[in-house]
Amino acid sequence: MVSDYRIQGEQGEYEVVIGLEVHAQVVSKAKLFSGAATAFGAEPNTQVSLVDAAMPGMLPVPNRECIRQAVRTGMAIEAKINKWSRFDRKNYFYADLPQGYQISQLYHPLVGEGEITVSPDEKNPDKTKTIGVERIHVEQDAGKLMHDQHPTKSYVDLNRSGVALMEIVSKPDMRSPAEAGAYIRKLRSILRYVGSCDGNMEEGSMRADVNVSVRKPGEEFGTRTETKNVNSVRFVMQVIEYEAQRQVEAIENGEAIVQETRLFDPNTGTTRTLRSKEDAHDYRYFPDPDLLPLELDDAFLEECRASLPELPDAKLKRYEDLGISAYNAAVLTAEVETAAWFDRLLATGAEAKDASNWVNSVLPGILNAKDVDFADPRNTPEASAEILAMVAKGEISKGQAKEVFDLYLDEGGSPADIVEKKGMKQTSDTGAIEAKVDEVLAANADKVAEFKAGKEALFGFFVGQTMKAMQGKANPQVVNEILKAKLSS
Amino acid sequence: MSVTLDDVRHIANLARIAMSDEEAAKLLPELNNILGWVEQLGEVDTDGVEPLATVVDMAMRLREDEVTDGNCRDAVLSNAPDAEHGFFAVPKVIE
Amino acid sequence: MSGLTDKTIAELRDGFRSGEFTAVEIAEGFNEAVAASDRLNAYVEKTPELALEAARAADAAKASGDLKPLSGIPIGMKDLFATEGVLTSAGSKMLANFKPPYESTVSGNLKAAGAGMLGKLNMDEFAMGSSNETCAHGNVISPWRREGSNAALTPGGSSGGSAAAVAAGIAPGATGTDTGGSIRQPAAFTGICGIKPTYGRCSRWGIVSFASSLDQAGPMAKTVRDCAIMLGAMAGFDPKDSTSIDAPIPDWEAGLSSDLKGKRVGVPKEYRIDGVPGEIQKLWDQGLEWLRDAGAEPVEISLPHTKYALPTYYIIAPAEASSNLARYDGVRYGLREMVEGGGLHDMYKATRADGFGAEVKRRIMIGTYVLSAGFYDAYFTKAQKVRALIKEDFRKAFETCDLILTPTAPSAAFGLGEKMSDPLAMYLNDVFAVPASLAGLPAMSVPGGLDDAGLPLGLHLIGKEMDEQTVLNAGLAIEERAPKIDMPEKWW
Ligand SMILES: [Mg+2]
Ligand SMILES: [Zn+2]
Repeated sequence: MVSDYRIQGEQGEYEVVIGLEVHAQVVSKAKLFSGAATAFGAEPNTQVSLVDAAMPGMLPVPNRECIRQAVRTGMAIEAKINKWSRFDRKNYFYADLPQGYQISQLYHPLVGEGEITVSPDEKNPDKTKTIGVERIHVEQDAGKLMHDQHPTKSYVDLNRSGVALMEIVSKPDMRSPAEAGAYIRKLRSILRYVGSCDGNMEEGSMRADVNVSVRKPGEEFGTRTETKNVNSVRFVMQVIEYEAQRQVEAIENGEAIVQETRLFDPNTGTTRTLRSKEDAHDYRYFPDPDLLPLELDDAFLEECRASLPELPDAKLKRYEDLGISAYNAAVLTAEVETAAWFDRLLATGAEAKDASNWVNSVLPGILNAKDVDFADPRNTPEASAEILAMVAKGEISKGQAKEVFDLYLDEGGSPADIVEKKGMKQTSDTGAIEAKVDEVLAANADKVAEFKAGKEALFGFFVGQTMKAMQGKANPQVVNEILKAKLSS
Repeated sequence: MSVTLDDVRHIANLARIAMSDEEAAKLLPELNNILGWVEQLGEVDTDGVEPLATVVDMAMRLREDEVTDGNCRDAVLSNAPDAEHGFFAVPKVIE
Repeated sequence: MSGLTDKTIAELRDGFRSGEFTAVEIAEGFNEAVAASDRLNAYVEKTPELALEAARAADAAKASGDLKPLSGIPIGMKDLFATEGVLTSAGSKMLANFKPPYESTVSGNLKAAGAGMLGKLNMDEFAMGSSNETCAHGNVISPWRREGSNAALTPGGSSGGSAAAVAAGIAPGATGTDTGGSIRQPAAFTGICGIKPTYGRCSRWGIVSFASSLDQAGPMAKTVRDCAIMLGAMAGFDPKDSTSIDAPIPDWEAGLSSDLKGKRVGVPKEYRIDGVPGEIQKLWDQGLEWLRDAGAEPVEISLPHTKYALPTYYIIAPAEASSNLARYDGVRYGLREMVEGGGLHDMYKATRADGFGAEVKRRIMIGTYVLSAGFYDAYFTKAQKVRALIKEDFRKAFETCDLILTPTAPSAAFGLGEKMSDPLAMYLNDVFAVPASLAGLPAMSVPGGLDDAGLPLGLHLIGKEMDEQTVLNAGLAIEERAPKIDMPEKWW
């Protein structure tokens, strides 16, 4: 799929070129190189070991689970896993960086090239584009600086210091804000399926460095800027729109684009030059002499692979093969929780298309109206399964199905019991229905005559009267069939 | 290769060491002496040699993912030049 | 109780166990000697109460039959080892008030083995130096003097306080650390023994880092046996150090034997460098004779990249140090210098300008430069490649020999101030010591005799990886044959 997103300048059209470096916090109990906890929201400096505070003589020892999660993530995007990798030090001074260096991987990352297939147009999930992933490496997070608690001081909290991150570096393959948005959403979805990152962007579990440049289509790449730590999909798209526009204007004004680090201001939707951490960027990377090379054996890799769940693309294809529309399948697979819920529903034997229609088109309305979350404990796939089964057997109508679910949310219990208790079960007893049809036709001989004369719209009237006579408990399909037969005789 | 006074200032800045002009001027010949001396390594044919980062010939051990440390804020802050409300305090940083 | 302080660790241990004297008597004897040693400036912090506490525990343990290997033995601790609640300054103004809330693995191992601590020993700042003149606490003065002279001499460095303390009888043994000769050169200068074990034998956890890929702890003591005893207590696998070797620790003391039959002693032809004084050369030949006498067979070996070891070291060690010392920024511990109206980076610069001494700054500058953009490959990668060749040289050499003999240092102790103006001349002190550091091999200095001025000279033994035993045994063979050195009379 070729993007037609263009910036219209005075001197022609420009194409935007985007690469993303996503920092994703690895799900682990303890930090990458220390035994301190990683939980979010603790009191300042309580989840800090002497290692995290870089006390003299403290040494790093890597956490197996962090490595394992990064490897599983690499496998999920079909990337090359490097059985031999190494940690390097990235040296710079900042108050949130206790060691004076970040332990990262520059020269030999854990995960090499992979790819992610995205659907930039949500309405047309079939139109896909493959975005290359350059590498995934594992590194330490920094601490946090707080600037507004004291007039002349900043406060340092090292709780995050040393938490494991995966840095997932894309190739400069994206060409529009929509593609970048789709990439992040898809990446987040994969990470959550794999369980290697909780994808919680508000808590900072995922943030993106956005690399943007512009060029006339077909020309060489232009100079790029890097906007740091953007923490929502919407903001990433805003950064791209703003930066692309800004760069085009600068170029057309004859200004050179400076390769620099920028900061996004969500209040104004603009970016500005960031006072750089190291005036001259010279990180003096070299292999961390406190650590040895990281070597993975086949058993470790096999366990990583065996523990991978069915991933979004495979699940989507399976749903489509069951007859579910591409759009519905995309909605069902986007969030791992929804997909797991739906799989439980399918496991009850529910017919796939009916189930998909129910989940995609019916449920959301009822839940919304009642302000009930999809994740609400009442909203079990088993409850929906019961309702769908009753519809399938003709025991309740589709209309009643909504009503039953509504009642179920209010009253609890089981949908089947509700139908039973409220006497909602509809009858397919042809004898009973036939008797009522006969009564209705007899009582409305004039209308029958009109119908037979060609006023076919009256058919609905007969149906309505029969249903009324049946107190709503007749299977409408059976009513239809009997009426049709009687009226045509 | 030989370093200039500007290089000395640049390196001192990278290393975050304040340096007067006199100190820089004194360091300049010392650094050039040492650098000139280590450049004799240029004589050694190292084609095809893998750089050696560690002498320990084993794969790295990995830790289990267990919380075994932390929860020692008093120890962490015990030597701090300035600590307030459980934080380290530094001169205000303008970002 | 004088006389106790002249004894070796083995003698103290055995005398204590046989009831000749109590642990408290030992501790009090040393505490007294330490208290009277200020002119040497060997101790930067004295902890007589800790020595006594351990001694009381040792006496109690003896009564209950619960003795540990070093029960009753007080030792001195190089100030590079973090000691819980006790000043750990690494010889730097930067850490002038630093009291770690933790204990290094090695010092903890010694404590667990029953040893008491007399105090923290002076050293070159962050272990960078070969004369103990770079420390913030002022230099150590060697208890040794040239015959007929009162000129103050260096005890060597960086473990100069440790060396001086053992030679002066103000500690029966002391811990040292060795990055490029910092145990062996001061041991040679002060007529004592010191061994740097295989890299990875002693945990680096809690030792203030200088150059991580080279730093190793080791013991310094009067005799080879004492070194074997102490090293046995210090070494051991530590899961907190990723470079710690998970291998059993042999009983080195029990394995001591000066019978070297079947051992081949390599003499590297390239070490016969220009400028080695005749008396060093003579000592070296003498050492080879002693080893031959003990049953070893001399063989000539080649270590062709030896001459590049020192420049290699002076790229790698400063590079690692420049990064290891980045944590001293005035934020979490140690010195902080504020600049009126200045920001965070001004604080960093002022703190580091004031907290680090000249040699440390010099090495940080060199290290920063060789890692910086555009120079990394030419300097750092090149040095790592040469390091690989040096290690390979040793591997090949050990196909034809079991240990290697060289002098420890190219001269005897020099006068204080003599080499401070010329960093390169100072660096050359470690020309024999550095190759084994780069290769991570066990190496030891043992006294070989006195030079014409009456100053000690050391012989240097390098062993195969993990083969400390052969090194110790060869050291013992030399010790048994070399003229007995009398430690200097107290003048301080
Ligand atoms: Mg980045
Ligand atoms: Zn990163």
